[in-house]
Amino acid sequence: MEVMNLSLFVIVPLITAMAVLFCKGLPRVRMVSLVGASLQLLLSFILVALYWKERAAGNTAPMLFEYQHAWFASWNIHYHIGVDGISVAMILLTAIVTEAGILVSWTMKPMSREFFILLLILSAGAYGFFMSLDLFTLFFFLEVSVIPKFLLIGIWGSGRKEYSAMKLALMLMSGSALVFIGLLGLYYYSGAGPSGSVGPYTFDLLQIAQLPIPKGAQMVFFPFLFVGFGIFTALFPFHTWVPDGHASAPTAASMFLAGISMKLGGYGCLRVATFLMPLAAREYAPFIILLATIAIVYGALATMMQKDLKYINAYSSISHCGFILLGIGMLTRTAITGAVMQMISHGLMTALFFAAIGMIYDRTHTRMVERLGGLLKIMPFISTVFVIAGLCSLGLPGFSGFVAEITVFMGSWEHSGEMYRFATILACASIVITAVYILRAAGQTIMGPIRDPQYNQLTDATWNEKGAVILLIAAIVAIGIAPFWLDGLLRPGVETIMDHAGKAYH
Amino acid sequence: MWAGIFLGLKQELMVTLIIFILLFVRLGATEYRTEFILNLVNLLLLVNFIAGFFFNTESALFNGMFHSNKLIVLEKNMLNLGTLILSLQAYNWLKDHKLVLEFYLLLLSTLAGLFFMISAGNLLMFYLGLELSTIPLAALASFDLEKKKSSEAAMKFILSSAFSSALLLFGISLVYGATGSLGFEGIVQRLDGSSLQLFAFILLLSGFAFKISVVPFHLWTADVYEGSPVTVTAYLSVISKGAVFFVFVQVLYTVFKPLALEWYRILVLLAVVTMFTGNLFALRQDNLKRLLAFSSIAQVGFILVGITGSSQSGTASVIYFILIYIFSNLGAFGVVALISALTGKENINDYKGLYKTNPLLSWVMAISLFSLAGIPPTAGFFGKFFLLMAGAGKGNYLFIGMAALNMVISLYYYLRVIKAIFMDANDHPIGGLKIPLLPAIGLLVCATGVIMTGMMGWIYDYIYSLSVGL
Repeated sequence: MEVMNLSLFVIVPLITAMAVLFCKGLPRVRMVSLVGASLQLLLSFILVALYWKERAAGNTAPMLFEYQHAWFASWNIHYHIGVDGISVAMILLTAIVTEAGILVSWTMKPMSREFFILLLILSAGAYGFFMSLDLFTLFFFLEVSVIPKFLLIGIWGSGRKEYSAMKLALMLMSGSALVFIGLLGLYYYSGAGPSGSVGPYTFDLLQIAQLPIPKGAQMVFFPFLFVGFGIFTALFPFHTWVPDGHASAPTAASMFLAGISMKLGGYGCLRVATFLMPLAAREYAPFIILLATIAIVYGALATMMQKDLKYINAYSSISHCGFILLGIGMLTRTAITGAVMQMISHGLMTALFFAAIGMIYDRTHTRMVERLGGLLKIMPFISTVFVIAGLCSLGLPGFSGFVAEITVFMGSWEHSGEMYRFATILACASIVITAVYILRAAGQTIMGPIRDPQYNQLTDATWNEKGAVILLIAAIVAIGIAPFWLDGLLRPGVETIMDHAGKAYH
Repeated sequence: MWAGIFLGLKQELMVTLIIFILLFVRLGATEYRTEFILNLVNLLLLVNFIAGFFFNTESALFNGMFHSNKLIVLEKNMLNLGTLILSLQAYNWLKDHKLVLEFYLLLLSTLAGLFFMISAGNLLMFYLGLELSTIPLAALASFDLEKKKSSEAAMKFILSSAFSSALLLFGISLVYGATGSLGFEGIVQRLDGSSLQLFAFILLLSGFAFKISVVPFHLWTADVYEGSPVTVTAYLSVISKGAVFFVFVQVLYTVFKPLALEWYRILVLLAVVTMFTGNLFALRQDNLKRLLAFSSIAQVGFILVGITGSSQSGTASVIYFILIYIFSNLGAFGVVALISALTGKENINDYKGLYKTNPLLSWVMAISLFSLAGIPPTAGFFGKFFLLMAGAGKGNYLFIGMAALNMVISLYYYLRVIKAIFMDANDHPIGGLKIPLLPAIGLLVCATGVIMTGMMGWIYDYIYSLSVGL
């Protein structure tokens, strides 16, 4: 039996944040943060290794490395954590994006101390969310992440930052208010036994999964949970916070927001809404697929019209996150595996994209496509990164985006109904639109003549920026070339969810 | 016999003792040092707070007029702690005030009144305690002696209090007429839901509603809060309101238990109206005291949501929330009080750019506001969560949904203050303030309470275990 203290994932960022609090001056602050983030990355590698070892040793428990501690005993609320393959993959993603985010914020001024502390708190919240097995703990960590985002955008952002920050905070809080009602519903139905008895209520994810929650209750509370979490992951028509929020945020915050925070929603839709209420998930599947398809197509079309690089990536995020929801809505093994892969892939890819845009913006002080041009001649490294991110986004084979999207499509095609086919074809077609806007943006910004003579003095990426993007690209290529390891990691977790759904349907 | 009386009344006696000491100081010396008085009172309140943890017994004294148990002692201790924090935070304002002694005499009389009110086992005793707390409060409201607004606030407060007292008294007399008893135990045996009893109950409820400023009985709140000195405003919105809630919960769950279905419906309606009104009015306020006044009206709505739950979890979540509310609201008021005492500024626009000059004060303000808004990891999250969870026990999810919607609305105006402090630029921000030791301790206690109360789940479990008896 391997042992792993999962709480370290929350404790390490918090201790780092405390240490940063007592540091003076940017050099020391960023050094301490980098050490902390590297420690997180190391921990997540150890976690992956231990997880493999444990599974190889034949441990088939749905959750590994569980830890439980009574928190509010009278409500039967526990601090309960544990991981399966899906959580491990999400934790790995969080660690990579955090490390990269801290590296690209190397020259963050002013108030650098507060900036790094907020980033670290954000990462702690994300880790906690991904490994929570108690719905109260999960909700706690979900909300922990809202306010740091508000402050990050409002203080260090650009453009209409206050408006964007407020919009993001209010919309995400509305999302969590919906989640909250759904959770209360689950809690009070968890105590209603089959013979009308009122048993002990519980928030425990694994215990609730064993309970026969009546279909009527599922039909009532599923939309609350799904839409609530959906707001986090840009479910149409609640996606409006995404473009403003992402565009106004500072680079590292955009990376975190699109890379991890949006995945909280997708993970919640899968782990809480779909896993615990499979009957309702099947009933509502057509609506989910409809909204997801609209998001995919609408997001792609809206991106065509954008002129700001950050808006381009933000709208394309809406489109790409639509694939996650599409995969979940399809409810087949392959499609759900694809959805989780898309979460990871999009997390890495969008972080890379925002990192590249941030580097360009730091140097040229503009993100407008028409004012940029010929960057390849001045900063070849950054331009290459930009192109790689773009190619991954449009699903070029060899990168993670292709693997994830093709898995979703294959899973979707397993359904033979006309509606499913239609949605799949539309979603496939959106990739062509993606190619158009990505190639156009890349062509205009990095090819062609140099628009502004002042650009000739600009320098290429520094060592920290190179480190950040190489880390992200390595992960993207690792998934793109050898997807089987990710598939193997995710399979037991996806199977738990699908077996549970299968049992409910028969 | 005597030991029982002394132990049962220990907190009341201690507060009375402080009052007498202050009176003797007043009589004995024509000149006294203000700092000495301040330190003395703070020390004695601290002693009372610590003593509140020991020798707690259950007792029923004076033919059931006065009763006490561990939960009631805990409630009084919470109020005592709140008063201590307030007194620490008011240090700067009081240091230069001419009438420090009188201030404390009135404040402590109020506290003693609240203590008697919480322990009341009889409607008459309850009324006596309430009046003992209300009348000095009106005098306190006008304690900014030079300000016209302060006297106006006192006038409004005394008039509305008199009105609500009249309602209460009428209700009490009708209860007596309908049940033949004023003792809590006697009343509960004879309640059968006849229309006379219902009418009496509604009158009583209106009286309570005035004291805790439930909509539509809230109209006095904003003006009184704005006009009074910050310390008194904080006292009104936290301590006296909290005390009335303690009694309210007891009365509803024990005395008016037979009418539970009736008051459940009324409370649901009042809670929804109160939350919406408080929040929507708070959206447009520019004066921080007014903003906090309306936010405290909204908070009352949330507490009512908790009360609609079942008795044990309802009681526990309300008391737990009030503990958290004491910390978070006093944290916010503490910052406002300090800045108001040192610079005289109370507007949101004056707070722009505060973070650049006063990072510590800004953070205390921020976490207090987050706690009021119910955002983790601050304690307010747990408080609100449990209030709504208790309320959801009845299965009325539409109602809980409205409460959740209100949490989102309230977030907007709290974030407005945060935005002003952290994000807005200002050419003339409030200069760097030196925080004196005692207010700093007061703020530190609040901040610690806001951060730790939620993390330590056993606090809630302890309150829950004490609430069984209700």
